[in-house]
Amino acid sequence: MAAPWGASAPEPPLIPDASTSPALRVQDLVKVYEGGVRAVDGLSLEVSRGECFGLLGPNGAGKTTTIEILEGLLEPTAGHVEVLGRSWRHDARAMRERLGITLQETRLPDRQTVAEALALFRSFYGRGRDIDEVLSWVSLGEKRDARYHALSGGQKQRLAVACALVSDPELICLDEPTTGLDPQSRRQLWEVVERARSEGRTILLTTHYMDEAQRLCDRVAVIDHGKVIALGTPRELIRELVGEEVVEFSVNGGDIDDASLRALDGVSAVRRVVGHTALTVSRIHVAVPALLALVEARGLALDHLSTHSATLEDVFITLTGRHLRD
Amino acid sequence: MTSRSPLWELTLTRVRLFLREPSAVFWTFGFPILLSVALGVAFRNRPPDPVDVAVCHGEGDSALVQRLSASTDMHVQLLEDGAAASALRTGKVAIVVVPGSPRTYRFDPTRPESRLARGLVDDVLQRAAGRLDPVVVTEAHVTEPGSRYIDFLIPGLIGLNIMQSGLWGIGYVIVETRTRKLLKRLVATPMNRAHFLLSFVFMRLLFLLVELPVLLAFGALFFDVQIRGSLGAIAVVSTLGAFAFSGIGLLVASRAQNTQTIGGLINLVSMPMFIGSGVFFSATHFPDVAQPFIRVLPLTVLNDGLRAVINEGAGLVQLWPGLALLGGIAAASFVVALRVFRWS
Repeated sequence: MAAPWGASAPEPPLIPDASTSPALRVQDLVKVYEGGVRAVDGLSLEVSRGECFGLLGPNGAGKTTTIEILEGLLEPTAGHVEVLGRSWRHDARAMRERLGITLQETRLPDRQTVAEALALFRSFYGRGRDIDEVLSWVSLGEKRDARYHALSGGQKQRLAVACALVSDPELICLDEPTTGLDPQSRRQLWEVVERARSEGRTILLTTHYMDEAQRLCDRVAVIDHGKVIALGTPRELIRELVGEEVVEFSVNGGDIDDASLRALDGVSAVRRVVGHTALTVSRIHVAVPALLALVEARGLALDHLSTHSATLEDVFITLTGRHLRD
Repeated sequence: MTSRSPLWELTLTRVRLFLREPSAVFWTFGFPILLSVALGVAFRNRPPDPVDVAVCHGEGDSALVQRLSASTDMHVQLLEDGAAASALRTGKVAIVVVPGSPRTYRFDPTRPESRLARGLVDDVLQRAAGRLDPVVVTEAHVTEPGSRYIDFLIPGLIGLNIMQSGLWGIGYVIVETRTRKLLKRLVATPMNRAHFLLSFVFMRLLFLLVELPVLLAFGALFFDVQIRGSLGAIAVVSTLGAFAFSGIGLLVASRAQNTQTIGGLINLVSMPMFIGSGVFFSATHFPDVAQPFIRVLPLTVLNDGLRAVINEGAGLVQLWPGLALLGGIAAASFVVALRVFRWS
């Protein structure tokens, strides 16, 4: 289990209420890169202690820039950042002691073994966990003496997470931890993250996988063009922004206007996506027969019809009109 | 579990990774030895080769050949005009003697061996014609260890090795760490950044402890290269050299974003010293205008210091200006590198 806050901390918190402050507080964050690219554009967030929080958005939305500012690796252009009640300007070293991170892409030396890499990272921290304990946590016990270049993609990623866990961190930041991994490796990594959450650690992760955010995150912030465009639990976002079910269809020989579709029983919203129309419906058993009747009445032929439970992907499409992977 | 000190772990990491890179081990330990074997054999001391002389056909040519052949210092052949000209042009002979009156010596005065041949040929022919030398001289021949090419070469190779290991072993490895985003990951930990840079210097000093005895022992055992100065003085000069080149390695690596850039930068920095700093031939061969520049190149200073100790038995007191210069280069490059270093 995690040691209680401050129990073996190298120095007492400088801010009196540091232990009761939120894990992360970000106010009006702006980052403009040299050359004028505005990667983050007035982003505000608050993450509570013990929460697993997801930053969700397409590539280029500003997720990595945001998380690297929170990790103290990038200077913000403007805005206020507080991590574990402290500021990077004054307490950088103490903050790094309590933070465990993975970057989107880090390659350890090819000829370093798993245990050596972990021992090296462990040596940087004043307190931490036994490296064999961490290795068994991430299921790399058998790979203890394997060299980095001999590991699979999933094993490399779990080693990266192990390097983040070895300091027994209070806050863990993971930047796209499962991008490019096969389904089994993703599930293994999710289990590692779930255990960290169950131990009361705060977790911030970025992802563009909806299922990942839905499974792991207590709350998500949907990010687009450097701003938070929606914030809440995955369930809230889906229910409020999309509804329970989504019906997608396309027809041959003409088109049906939005007004007629919206008038159908049980339909709460109509969206036009490339190639098809998506209806958000609350009662699918009423809406689908009504839709079929309308298509027949207009003398059109149904080309495609499918239904699925609404996901965060639908939330993103509702908000932006684009797919997350576009 | 108690964790070891970060500086120890970082240094251990550097040493392990170096030893697991076979090519790095070869370039650091094997290559200087191979090079000294090859050059030591190619330039071993042996009796001077006879001078090649051609005599053209003409009146009295056979008498000329006979007289010249009497000297053991010359190898003489009788050739047609055209063949003789071609042999001279391609360097097969150093001089062509054309019989007749006056007798003509055809040679290129910019070639040292041709000038030597002219002196020899003229000496033999003039004496044969009855010249008497008014001054009586005797010769005392001296060939002893310390003045041979291999004695000159071994300290130069030690210096070269210290430069190359500093630049490639530190500069290249740091940039590779940066391209792997590992530097960025490391600075996200509470790691002390100076520890990271120091671990490279410690690794270099540790390997210097191996490189230096290996090369010196090799020179002593196989070529009888004698060490006239103290081992302590050699260690001090080499260590200061290693510090200077570690600092320069850090400096060239401080901004470079990819391994192509650092490769080019290292070549840019090391090539002038590779050629100009007296590794393979004395730096005094370069024109006087270049000397002030060549004298302050760190490798020139290091090589001169090593030769002074190894070949001439100099002490540290005599070497202080060079040692101060190396120390100054080390300190200055560390300070600048730390200021401009790109950690992400």
